[in-house]
Amino acid sequence: MRYVDEFRDAARIKAVAEEIHRSVDPGETYRIMEVCGGHTHTIFRFGLSQLLPENIELIHGPGCPVCVLPMGRMDVGLAMAERDDLIFTAFGDMMRVPGSKGSPLQSKARGADIRMVYSPLDALKIAQENPDRPVMFFAIGFETTTPSTAVTLLRARELGLTNFYVYCNHILVNPAIRALLEMDDMRLDGFIGPGHVSTVIGCEPYRFIADEFDRPIVVSGFEPLDILQSIAMLVRQLNEGRSEVENQYTRAVSWNGNPSAIAAMDLVFETRDAFEWRGMGDIPKSALAIREEFAAFDAERQIGVHGQTFPDPIEAQCGEVLKGALKPTECKLFGKGCTPEKPVGALMVSSEGACAAQYKYADVTIGTTG
Amino acid sequence: MSAEFNDEQISMQHGSGGQATRRLVDGLFAAALSNDVLDAMGDAAILSAGGLRLAMTTDTFVVSPHTFPGGSIGSLAVHGTVNDLAVSGAEPIGLTAGFVLEAGLEVEQLREQVRAMSDAAREAGVSVIAGDTKVVENGRADGMYINTAGVGLVREEARLDPALVQPGDAVLVSGPIGDHGIAIMIARDEIDIESDLGSDSRSVLPLTRALIDTLGSSIRWMRDATRGGVATVLNELAESSRAGVIVEEAAVPLRDEVRGACELLGLDPLHVANEGQFIAVVDGSRADEALDALGGVSGGESACRIGTITEEHRGRVIGQTEFGGKRVIDVLVGDPLPRIC
Repeated sequence: MRYVDEFRDAARIKAVAEEIHRSVDPGETYRIMEVCGGHTHTIFRFGLSQLLPENIELIHGPGCPVCVLPMGRMDVGLAMAERDDLIFTAFGDMMRVPGSKGSPLQSKARGADIRMVYSPLDALKIAQENPDRPVMFFAIGFETTTPSTAVTLLRARELGLTNFYVYCNHILVNPAIRALLEMDDMRLDGFIGPGHVSTVIGCEPYRFIADEFDRPIVVSGFEPLDILQSIAMLVRQLNEGRSEVENQYTRAVSWNGNPSAIAAMDLVFETRDAFEWRGMGDIPKSALAIREEFAAFDAERQIGVHGQTFPDPIEAQCGEVLKGALKPTECKLFGKGCTPEKPVGALMVSSEGACAAQYKYADVTIGTTG
Repeated sequence: MSAEFNDEQISMQHGSGGQATRRLVDGLFAAALSNDVLDAMGDAAILSAGGLRLAMTTDTFVVSPHTFPGGSIGSLAVHGTVNDLAVSGAEPIGLTAGFVLEAGLEVEQLREQVRAMSDAAREAGVSVIAGDTKVVENGRADGMYINTAGVGLVREEARLDPALVQPGDAVLVSGPIGDHGIAIMIARDEIDIESDLGSDSRSVLPLTRALIDTLGSSIRWMRDATRGGVATVLNELAESSRAGVIVEEAAVPLRDEVRGACELLGLDPLHVANEGQFIAVVDGSRADEALDALGGVSGGESACRIGTITEEHRGRVIGQTEFGGKRVIDVLVGDPLPRIC
């Protein structure tokens, strides 16, 4: 398969891994955060950390939108779903995420009309097919999925739909990176930059990481070779004392991004003053809300929710794990109160969550050589 | 014995074949109904009667839509039960069929499925020898549900037992995996992909027969990789044999369409359902013979070796890439969910 096989080629991967081994300074530790959950997934699926020298530590970042969604937002979404006639739609990623009274799958088992969609346009289609019923799309994701929600809302307006609503939980990657960089106990040396987000926003918006915080970032693709090559580029920058924005994912990411996607987002969304991230608290200017002009489609404005929302369980130390201060196994609940089947914290929910990945792979990481 | 089942409500994931199903079966059914035969938890129960070894199994089919590329609920109901007998080393003696029909179902639809059952049974060389019909009110069932049960005679030379699995044994798969699960997703319009891909629903009896003819007691264990896919079956193997299973990821046979759909949706093909593929563990020194035997049967041409039983990683299934990375291949909690965001 093109664009896949060549980036999983064993000989090339081994060659890059060897290059990394040769280039690291044995006296240094390289703490590298992959911001994006997609990268976390690849790293675990292909066992990439086992190919790296011991002094490269990969820290799994906050870039899994499901993982950073506060429980209260899930509660609000599910409370909407409890309205008799409402059809709740969401991506498959959301289906097992716990609210305080259970996940969408559990609500569905209790009779709520909850449907999995692959695109917000599928939700729009459901609204067209069910003109007598309100249809709500639980929108989630970084700048990767935001343009498709924007385009869907533009289309809904064009069609004059009166039964379609979006519950907007779109978040922005850079305010979260900034929040991490401003933390006191921050110990990160460099970043593997999110590839899909960058196809939309480009590379330029990451410049503050290099300029203000003196940290290198390399925007990376999602195949094993992409990630190793990005790590090699970061090691080179760190060895040479450089802090630059570099683009490894040139086959998909341009420096200035995708102007029409950015324009669609700007038309439909505005930045919220602040938004709560699970485990990280309120982060200023870190999420999007639907603009006044599209208020008719905004579930937050149009669908009243009565019912209590609950804060995240305080015992779970998701935040400490997200900023790299604790390893997943060092959380008090890890593997005890919190497991992939009965997750307390969201990092245990998604296969991209640092804790779920650690829970699954722990045995192998121990006692295996690369 | 495993933990009690404390869930308050049944949800869809209890039917996925993954960990939730396992907890329900172990913690509620097996806990209450426990006996030596049931506790073996094979694809079919093995009973001794009159000096003979009998295999007995039952399965219920609730698939929607009723007809999909490559099969239908009717053909599936026959193949599923025949395959459970086949991988237990048995030759089927007869099947029973129970129907739950929803008032309002078009008779033509029922006729079509009974015809599909008849064709599948004839092709597999098995007869449906008893049946039952119930009708429920409109809205109480999804058109029709079919249950089949089967009895077979376990072949003399078959000695299948996870306890016999040992380091060095070879893990074989009968053909490309994931076709059924992906074909069903496409047929349900869940993913907007155009493809000629069909379900792999078929009787695997000719394949297991050829394997037993050639290898006899050098086959240690077989199981068909239905719900939960190859990953779930291999985990059951690792657990019941207390051995480690290493899977060479690059050796797993996949059609391009399945691979593409899985890449697109973030699914692991090892978790996707099959209805016509099985896993066999055979004496490592006879793996080539086994593959020749499978390759000589129509539909067995793509059979291949995907892994090895090891001393290491006991009770675990480990995927190994060509470049030396390793991962745990585990059982999902519920159905595989696509990753979009």
